[in-house]
Amino acid sequence: MTNETVVHETVTSVQGAVVTEKALIFELSQPGRIGYSLPDCDVPRVEVSQLIPQEMLRKEEPALPEVYEVDVIRHYTELSRRNFGVDNGFYPLGSCTMKYNPKVNEDVARYAGFAKIHPYQPQQSIQGALELMHTLQNDLAALTGMDAVTLQPAAGAHGEWTGLMMIRAYHEKRGEHRTKVIVPDSSHGTNPASATVAGFQTITIPSTPEGLVDLDALRAAVGSDTAALMLTNPNTLGLFEKQISEVAQIVHEAGGLLYYDGANSNAIMGITRPGDMGFDVVHLNLHKTMSTPHGGGGPGAGPVGVKSRLLPFLPEPVVEKLEDGTFTLRSGSPDSIGRVKAYYGNFGILVRAYTYIRSYGPEGLRRVSECAVLNANYMMHRLKDHYEMPYTSVCKHEFVMSGKGLKQYGIRTLDVAKRLLDFGYHPPTVYFPLNVEECIMIEPTETESKETLDAFIDTMIQIAGEAKDNPELLLNAPYGTAVRRLDETTAARKPVLNCACN
Amino acid sequence: MKSHRYIPMTPQNEAEMLEVVGASSIEDLFTDIPASLRYQGTMPMSEMLDEYTLTRHMSSLAGQNADTDRYTSFLGAGLYDHHLPSVINHVISRSEFYTAYTPYQPEISQGELQAIFEFQSYICELTGMAVANASMYDGATALAEAASLAASATGRKKIIALSTIHPESRGVVRSYARGLNLDVVEVPYGDGVTDIGVLTEAIDEQTAVVLVQSPNFFGGIEAIQAVADLAHAKGALLVVSTNPISLGLLESPGKLGADIVVGDAQPLGISMSLGGPTCGFFAVAQPLMRRMPGRIVGQTKDIDGKRGFVLTLQTREQHIRRDKATSNICSNQALLALCASVYLSVMGRQGMVDVADLNVQKAHYAAQTLSSIPNVKLAFQSPFFNEFVLALPEGTSVADVNTQLLAKGMIGGYDLSLSYPELSGHILFAVTEKRTKAEIDLLATELEAIL
Repeated sequence: MTNETVVHETVTSVQGAVVTEKALIFELSQPGRIGYSLPDCDVPRVEVSQLIPQEMLRKEEPALPEVYEVDVIRHYTELSRRNFGVDNGFYPLGSCTMKYNPKVNEDVARYAGFAKIHPYQPQQSIQGALELMHTLQNDLAALTGMDAVTLQPAAGAHGEWTGLMMIRAYHEKRGEHRTKVIVPDSSHGTNPASATVAGFQTITIPSTPEGLVDLDALRAAVGSDTAALMLTNPNTLGLFEKQISEVAQIVHEAGGLLYYDGANSNAIMGITRPGDMGFDVVHLNLHKTMSTPHGGGGPGAGPVGVKSRLLPFLPEPVVEKLEDGTFTLRSGSPDSIGRVKAYYGNFGILVRAYTYIRSYGPEGLRRVSECAVLNANYMMHRLKDHYEMPYTSVCKHEFVMSGKGLKQYGIRTLDVAKRLLDFGYHPPTVYFPLNVEECIMIEPTETESKETLDAFIDTMIQIAGEAKDNPELLLNAPYGTAVRRLDETTAARKPVLNCACN
Repeated sequence: MKSHRYIPMTPQNEAEMLEVVGASSIEDLFTDIPASLRYQGTMPMSEMLDEYTLTRHMSSLAGQNADTDRYTSFLGAGLYDHHLPSVINHVISRSEFYTAYTPYQPEISQGELQAIFEFQSYICELTGMAVANASMYDGATALAEAASLAASATGRKKIIALSTIHPESRGVVRSYARGLNLDVVEVPYGDGVTDIGVLTEAIDEQTAVVLVQSPNFFGGIEAIQAVADLAHAKGALLVVSTNPISLGLLESPGKLGADIVVGDAQPLGISMSLGGPTCGFFAVAQPLMRRMPGRIVGQTKDIDGKRGFVLTLQTREQHIRRDKATSNICSNQALLALCASVYLSVMGRQGMVDVADLNVQKAHYAAQTLSSIPNVKLAFQSPFFNEFVLALPEGTSVADVNTQLLAKGMIGGYDLSLSYPELSGHILFAVTEKRTKAEIDLLATELEAIL
């Protein structure tokens, strides 16, 4: 080795490292290079201006980069190396369920019979796809304890909106004008945002000191204007709402419906079901519970399950099995909320989720939840002497800690998160839920080993020590990443949102 | 249950961990769930399969579908059978991309952030708009969000949607509009494109926005500039939904007066996958930047002065604004946006012109050839890109035609009577760069034989 630089896992400064900025693809352009290969024009060629009026044609061709295939591969390979996924290491991002994304799921989703089919083909030519969707609908209904499932919503938030639109249609059909959606203060931000987009106003109710729904506050909030309560159970603090049956009773007696945000379903598969808790509508995040990859921010899928009283309002179309054993897409229910997305949902994601379900079966899925919950409780117990635990009762698949004990050293939760980057970990979710000060939310998932958990815990304990003994170390972290802390204020004040490279 | 390949918990791990927790069994961890709510027994779901058996099962299901490796497709109607360059699947199969979450920790997410920044740049370049976001679920929801943005920006409630917009996109616009208590007025078409006279009468001072799709659902190229002038004259905004591959040749909507440009990026290297996942794109003129839904990546510097990228303008978003957010969207279609970026990188300046040109040439050859069949004619005379409508002889069932074409190894066109009752016996064909002269000639031969 000619270069004496030694990269240690707790590097605080790297001397001699060659620090370069990564070029944009536009900056690699050289006039005359090409990276494509197209079929010949084997039909008699006609000047385009004779086919399309000149004023409709582009005066200048788009200023796209001119690069060859190797440039493209090296560019995106280099970008990938500046990115961190579950395959790179532990990713205990609370409420996001960053479990392992099985490789067989990726393989099957790429089968031509799934990837290269069109939704408007004759239905007799997509029977395998329809059968898969029909089976998945039934499997998810069984898992959640609901009567029917639509696979159409593209993501969790999209599922929330779809569910709320059904709730709205249900009340309107009964001639009731209900305008309020109740959410606890620990709820996901999408809950109130989805309520707004569905035409409701949001009422936020406080949690009890134990982190659960305050029944008195709920009783005070419900009324003849209550359309629904949206709840995550276990909630975003990782706690099971023990009084869920009472909660359901209060809301139902007021004439409202119960919406289950399925973001935390990884805790309860085969153990308890939203349908049995009294929920009327459920969405699942297949990109969380069912292992489909997050893709750097999407695509996901957010199927919605409903109880029978909401069946008429399901979005169009639904997959049905006919008496002759074939499958069909049915539309035309007069009370349907209509279309929520083009075509039939994120089918490629549904294929992966179905593959995942079949990799486990019902007993296996129960074991998934058991291990996810044991992992979370183990981490909570090992960390409780080093970070403040606002809620000490048994947790489900995730738990929250508070970094407020480190404030005396001038250290905030953000600094802990940034320091974790130097150890090769993706940090936990921070500053959510909003009702816990300096919140750190940890979700290990079932696919991590005890060795991985122990190593992470030991690192967290070490960082708590560093915060006390050498806070500067944390304040300036990270050190070993492609870039260091970024100026987000300037980014928002003087936005540069594209390169304008022409 | 016996051990599973995705779960590392050994009996010894389990015992040690329970001891630390102070529990005697896993069951103890669930005592907070009332007994009456505990699920008893085994859920009635599909059973577990070993990996080999599972792949056989999935192959069997996949094999029942007519895919475009085995069939020649002339079906479009919003999703197109374009060539997918090999590099795309290799890039999106890099697990640093596909197993990552949203890039909330920018120091270890520069790859994704830069990829999105480049995607935004590509979309601006193609559409002629000032700023673009990181993507939306699909073209249909992007259009609905554009209508919502326009209503909020203008403070008006009336949305005009031209009937030449994809029927499912119009359906999604109607659903979103119902949620937001907005009114949607649909304006009928003329010669396969918007009838400017009819549109003129429909637009008034209550109109928030005119939604137009070009190339439209029939393949026709709309007079965007004229629609823009009409909308702007009444203080309404113009939203254009477009097919991005057409923009290799067609004038960018930004140059023609669009305030918002949306569409589905599926033609840019994304598998059809029965319609999803695809990727919506969303671009706006500068004044609307802070009203955009969804994620946006911006360029900045780190504390050492190095260029870097971050999620920005987040005060628009649900995790900060909750019920006051510009939208409830909490994700984007990052991996599909990556497909589109890789596609545009491969195609480059000349490739986008060439692929658009091939689509125009082959579609026009097909239109001419097919309309030469006795009693078959082009339904409309307006200029088109890579799709066109044929009027088949009186009384022809398009569904029957398609069934017979399928038996000949061809996936036929879209039966327009499904969404336009007045167009019974009309079929919408799409012809991409993949179709050869021989395939088009064979379609003509078979169609003539069927009729």
